[in-house]
Amino acid sequence: MSIVTPVPPPTVPGAAVEVPRGPAARQVPGPLLFLARSLRTLWSNGKARIGLVILGIDILVAILAPLLAPHSPTATYQSPSATNWFGTTGNGQDVFSQMIYGARISLLVGIIAGAVATLVAVTIGLIAGYRPGIIDEVLSFITNLALVIPGLPLMFILAAYLKSRSVWTIVLVVAFTSWATGARVIRSQATTLRAREFVTSAQFSGERLFRVVFREILPNMTSLVAGSFFAAATAAVMAEASLEFLGLGDPNTVSWGTILYYAQQQNALLTNQWLMVFAPGLAIALLALPFTLVNFGVDALSNPRLREKA
Amino acid sequence: MRYIGRKVALFVITLWGAITLNFLLPRLMPGSPVDAALGRLASSGVPITNAERRAVEVQLGVPHGSLISQYGDYLNSILHFNFGSSYSFPSETVAHTIGKAAPWTLALIGVTTIVAFIIGTLLGVYAGWRRGKTADTTVTLGATFFAAFPPFWLGLLLLFVFAFKFSLFPIKGGYSPGETPSLSPSFLADAVYHSVIPAVTLAITTLSGWVFGMRNNMINTLGEDYVTFAEANGLRTRTVALLYAARNALLPNVTAFGLSLGAVVGGSVLVEGVFSYPGLGNLLYIAVSNHDFPLMQALFLVITVSMLVAIFIVDLIYVRLDPRVRQA
Repeated sequence: MSIVTPVPPPTVPGAAVEVPRGPAARQVPGPLLFLARSLRTLWSNGKARIGLVILGIDILVAILAPLLAPHSPTATYQSPSATNWFGTTGNGQDVFSQMIYGARISLLVGIIAGAVATLVAVTIGLIAGYRPGIIDEVLSFITNLALVIPGLPLMFILAAYLKSRSVWTIVLVVAFTSWATGARVIRSQATTLRAREFVTSAQFSGERLFRVVFREILPNMTSLVAGSFFAAATAAVMAEASLEFLGLGDPNTVSWGTILYYAQQQNALLTNQWLMVFAPGLAIALLALPFTLVNFGVDALSNPRLREKA
Repeated sequence: MRYIGRKVALFVITLWGAITLNFLLPRLMPGSPVDAALGRLASSGVPITNAERRAVEVQLGVPHGSLISQYGDYLNSILHFNFGSSYSFPSETVAHTIGKAAPWTLALIGVTTIVAFIIGTLLGVYAGWRRGKTADTTVTLGATFFAAFPPFWLGLLLLFVFAFKFSLFPIKGGYSPGETPSLSPSFLADAVYHSVIPAVTLAITTLSGWVFGMRNNMINTLGEDYVTFAEANGLRTRTVALLYAARNALLPNVTAFGLSLGAVVGGSVLVEGVFSYPGLGNLLYIAVSNHDFPLMQALFLVITVSMLVAIFIVDLIYVRLDPRVRQA
């Protein structure tokens, strides 16, 4: 499934069978090559490049956390020393080390919740866009309803009902509340693509529904899918921090949200420990920001014309 | 007329959908929210009358009885604003608690939206006018950057700097302790003074929606013939930018209102919590952290319905503003 050459519209209806299987086998790159090409396209956009660099640093910090952190994030210390650069929490844990390990949870929640939300958005958007009539009406109604219902309050309420306090609950809650925007965009794109010649010819050549939707229509929406992923990931990073700040997360996980929660519980600001509040918030912003910045470059992913200009 | 008819129909269906979702939520959740709520209510020291038990059951679900009859009871109790009692505020009904808090949030969100609209639109006009230049990149990147901050965190920081370090603004609350809420000028001034940092916090984090909407509209409008014509006539740059391009680009930006409102309402929950502002957001903050299901459920309904109504009103105003919509 190449994004550089979107599935070429076959002019002869019978040729549709050949295109993905015959010569395409040589063109279709492996997942790694696909990723490399996408990255190169994104890199050519100035804003997306800044995003990729910051995101790369975030990922490195998350992976290398055990090497970078001067202390264990959960070990307790009797009294703060000069090696506790950002001070210690109320339980005597090193905040700086918690900051570094916190990158793992935020990245994990952002990427997984973003991916699940995108999966829901793609499924609902594609079905609604490809199946006009009652199915489209019902799915569009659900999408519009989900769009106007305030997401953050809904998230808080869901999290309050679901008593299991794990990161996975947060992932589910976030995914459940942030798919609608993506679904609407993907649906309208699928509606226009459905009427195009290459889709008609694939249908006439007897391709199965599944193949038409996923091999003919989906590759033309790479930028929309990537766009809704990065938007959902941004929302997920913010939502995770908000839920944990509210005390609705697992208080034993080491994450930026829980550092803020404990900081608020022990009135860190009023005792002048402002770093304990400042650092995690800045870290959250520096993870949400690159997701948004990369989104400036995704339009070029499935539209080569935009690439030349940049 | 057909446009209005379609909007009204859509509004009614969406409203029904939101009310039904509010009905289904507690019934779909694991465990029994009713038992939890009644248990907590009992431990808060209020004697539970039969009427109260019934009100909680209607809101959160009864273990017995068909879903249809429960739905009928639920709709009936909503029409009468009967949301039962909460254990966070045992001495008053949920409807009363919410009624007291609503004006504060309305005022806060109103001020925030006006401030964000004015600043965001002006920045958007500027960025759109200088599209592709350094000024455009600076504004776009800046708006993206500020949108990446969690609103409650920005609130904490502003609170620390302006209220704690420099004591320029009050640390918490919606009015000075000892004052009684009234509409007297001195009280209103006090309330506005207390709302400055929460409003600025919310405005900064929701600015980007207005900036991007206005910038993109500006770029579209600048391609129109009448702008080229105005430039060819030798009009001053500022005249062309503000009176020809921005004036026409402003209209579609009204639709950004719905989007912006969602962000403001969502952000206001935690920001009000941080400032102990006496509004609906702070109530939801209290309800959620205490697992106060009756209050939580009623608040969610009130917030959702108010948002739907606000977006509906803006849709209707839009018809007045843009004659093209009426003909389409």
